[in-house]
Amino acid sequence: MEFETTDQDLITLYTICDQFTDKIIERGQLIPILQQIQEKIGYIPKEAIVKVSEVLSISQAAVYGVATFYNQFRFVPPGKYPIKVCLGTACHVKGADIILENFERKLGIKEGETTQNREFSVERVACVGCCALAPVALVGEQVYGHMAPSKVEGIFTQIEVKKQIEHKQTPNSEN
Amino acid sequence: MKIQIQVDGKHVEVQQGISVLKACLINGIYIPHLCFFESSPHPHASCRLCFVDVDGEPLPVTACTYIVKDRLGIQTNTERVRQLQRSAFTLLLSMHEVNCKSCHANKRCELQKIAKFLNTALKQKTYPTYLKPISIDQNHPCITYYPNRCVLCGRCVQSCQYSVFSFAQRGFETTITTFGNRDVTEQHCENCRRCVEVCPVGALLMNSHQHQNQINGGNSNEMSI
Repeated sequence: MEFETTDQDLITLYTICDQFTDKIIERGQLIPILQQIQEKIGYIPKEAIVKVSEVLSISQAAVYGVATFYNQFRFVPPGKYPIKVCLGTACHVKGADIILENFERKLGIKEGETTQNREFSVERVACVGCCALAPVALVGEQVYGHMAPSKVEGIFTQIEVKKQIEHKQTPNSEN
Repeated sequence: MKIQIQVDGKHVEVQQGISVLKACLINGIYIPHLCFFESSPHPHASCRLCFVDVDGEPLPVTACTYIVKDRLGIQTNTERVRQLQRSAFTLLLSMHEVNCKSCHANKRCELQKIAKFLNTALKQKTYPTYLKPISIDQNHPCITYYPNRCVLCGRCVQSCQYSVFSFAQRGFETTITTFGNRDVTEQHCENCRRCVEVCPVGALLMNSHQHQNQINGGNSNEMSI
């Protein structure tokens, strides 16, 4: 699934890269620059690879190669509600893969992807550090312990309710 | 300066400072190899095929990285060397789409040559076959890349003067990527052709040479990030 890079993200990207113009940047700076971009934008858009290759005077393929090697870099924007399903040892034993599959099926996307409206993204993470609650899922910072397939629907209802409350508090946001 | 080495009991005279693999190839002694090529400055030693037994080394060494010494004794065909080569080769084939008849490199493919040399079948059954979901990558304006034919030797990455190629992803997903490379003009790429020439298999093809019906019939799939 392709995502258009928003104008806001492009401006952020250009501001980051502008710091490096007219300076001699060594190739060793590639990863720090990519990390900075991901920190500010949330992911590495296609334009960033082109831009970084210009900044460092190396080929686009080389930048893309490095960026895809490391798991920390993502190429699809994170959703507004990023769902993380723990697949650490304890959660795995407790059937976390079934939980992950339930989220995937509910949203119609695969692990590592984002829904077209950029509301939800699903990813698998290693241990989140609360194995006693296994299997665990996270939505943003919120932890959901003792997950069961039947609880997946409930989480979406909760998010929906939360959204409506926010909507009521800012009724003019749509105008 | 010339030095004397002994390969499989045969005395040969070679230039000092070159690798065992180069010395053997110059003297007409074939050692299977994929990642090494004539003009490569720094061999990766990543294909794990050019193993030889060398006097004074407890285990077989990669011939492409081992520099010749005076009076060095080399055995290219010991049982443990062959065993290493066969298992490395079988592992390579477990990620290779063996469909020689429809491949443009048929009959000049290094894999066919090595299979014949090692007396192994091209269709291996030792390991499960793992093929990548994308069989054709046409991101680059003038080069077509076939991920399932590629043995990831890195010759194209090393040989390209414009760094058009790079490895992407890792593990089983590793591929060669061009990322479209809009900054390299088509003119550049059509003139050089170095990557296509160094490719030991049929993983790269110049678009002008392409059989149009093969593309139309094939499972074309754009690679995107």
